[in-house]
Amino acid sequence: MLKKILKILEEDSRIAPEQIATMLGISEDEVSSIIKKAEDDGKILKYKTLINWDKVNDEHVWALIEVQVSPQRDTGYDAIAEKIYRFPQARSVYLMSGAYDLAVLVMGKSMHEIADFVGQKLSPIEGVRAAATHFIMKRYKEDGVIMNGPEEVKRQPVIL
Amino acid sequence: MNNDEDKNNRLISNRTNAIAPSGIRKFFDLLGSIDGVISLGVGEPDYSTPWHIREAAIYSMEKGYTMYTSNSGIPELRQRLAEELKNRYKLEYDWQSELLITVGVSEALDLTMRAVINPGDEVIMTDPAYVAYDASVILSGGIPVRVPTVEEKSFELDAAEVETRITKKTKAILLGYPSNPTGAVMPREKLVKIAEVARKHNVLMIVDEIYSHLVYGMGHTCMATLPDMQYNTILLSGFSKSYAMTGWRVGYAAASKDIIAAMTKIHQYTIMCAPTMAQVAAIEALKSGQDDVMEMVEDYNRRRLVMVNGLREIGLSCFEPKGAFYAFPSIKSSGMSSEEFAEKLLVEEKVAVVPGTAFGKCGEGYIRCCYATSLKEIKEALERMKRFLDRHKA
Ligand SMILES: Cc1ncc(COP(=O)(O)O)c(C=O)c1O
Repeated sequence: MLKKILKILEEDSRIAPEQIATMLGISEDEVSSIIKKAEDDGKILKYKTLINWDKVNDEHVWALIEVQVSPQRDTGYDAIAEKIYRFPQARSVYLMSGAYDLAVLVMGKSMHEIADFVGQKLSPIEGVRAAATHFIMKRYKEDGVIMNGPEEVKRQPVIL
Repeated sequence: MNNDEDKNNRLISNRTNAIAPSGIRKFFDLLGSIDGVISLGVGEPDYSTPWHIREAAIYSMEKGYTMYTSNSGIPELRQRLAEELKNRYKLEYDWQSELLITVGVSEALDLTMRAVINPGDEVIMTDPAYVAYDASVILSGGIPVRVPTVEEKSFELDAAEVETRITKKTKAILLGYPSNPTGAVMPREKLVKIAEVARKHNVLMIVDEIYSHLVYGMGHTCMATLPDMQYNTILLSGFSKSYAMTGWRVGYAAASKDIIAAMTKIHQYTIMCAPTMAQVAAIEALKSGQDDVMEMVEDYNRRRLVMVNGLREIGLSCFEPKGAFYAFPSIKSSGMSSEEFAEKLLVEEKVAVVPGTAFGKCGEGYIRCCYATSLKEIKEALERMKRFLDRHKA
């Protein structure tokens, strides 16, 4: 039941417990208590809204930074990763397999601001060997949602 | 009847004139003239076909698969279908002689009737039922014999009632469960009884199992799996509903060698073959569409509960549909006829539903509401219907 509820919330976090209860054929109290527990356990971390900022004339700039690091004794990649993810500019941080080690998604008000962050904060961290900055030019799809796709095809309103 | 109409009718064959003109033509015209309508009147999924299926068809076109296929359908499709029927139902059909790929269940239904009906033969079917059943029998020179199914008996067809209607002329019993329009699913025991009647009187079973994947909280029983029924059954199904592929036009028939041969003969002269790209897409659907189906079923089920509960909350009594994607609430409490209700609801609140009478006389007092539409629209439609009902409290 937990998974079913999480799937519904992942799709639409504003949906009311009452509605979820109907959709799954269980009581509203049961839904609320499962959600509460998931929040307490850290299974649900936050309720977010997916926004198409392009339509809001937002000036923010995003970049993906490929970071190569030298793993450290005992802590491996984790300590360096923490030094990076503590910065609020780092919106997402992943440990990767392949040609580089950490992928860091950075948001800033301008390219300048991101360049400063990489040059003055990220690169100087001990253990960071190299950082390649790729600015994001256009978002096509975010979290499974197509951002500016063609309009939905309409069905015939009545078919027997 | 005015003169023009009379003249036109004389141009048209008696057989065609014999099919009732769709009673809701007027309704359709009205619909076209109103903007901002929320439609619960649709009869298809609100998903587009899963991308991997579309992609397989696009690729096939790039590669030049643009010719006719074998009349019976692409061998790989028939082979995979045979495998699917075996895995799903433990039914063994010979892919070369016992399967035919058609232009949807629509064509398969027409072929079936033309292949088996002699003038005056009777075909027993439910009332209400999917609109094409009655028409396909009449067009083949047969006579539809309608058995009322009622809400009090879960819109299930009762074997005893079928038996009382069997005559020397009875050729077949045509069954469409899970049902469009009621959403009813026949439990296995009930099907067994119908099968017994069919065998006892030596009449054919024709089953339209196009919604077989779309069942909620109960399993689907395929008529052909019942004892001794495989070769006494013409099994029709397709890809339209399960894989969200209505526009592709691909379905199939599975039956005995003789029946498939007869159907293929007609198919060969009237259709040649089902669309090639659609057949390629169907191969992909069978190959790797199982997860899509499961996900869609789960999603329909959630919306089903929202729709049915919502209808009950606004004061309509609603039978619990266990299959397809329709709810069939009773609107008798409004004091209006189905058509009047649907028309007023459309004009006053811009919600389109289908009057139950479109599916037969016994649909009077009901409307068909499709829940294969977004939750947001379902909720908005329910609110509008509530306003409508409050205003028209009898
Ligand atoms: C019960 C039933 N049978 C058959 C069809 C037609 O299916 P197809 O698209 O395979 O021709 C429909 C479509 O609405 C249906 O509801």
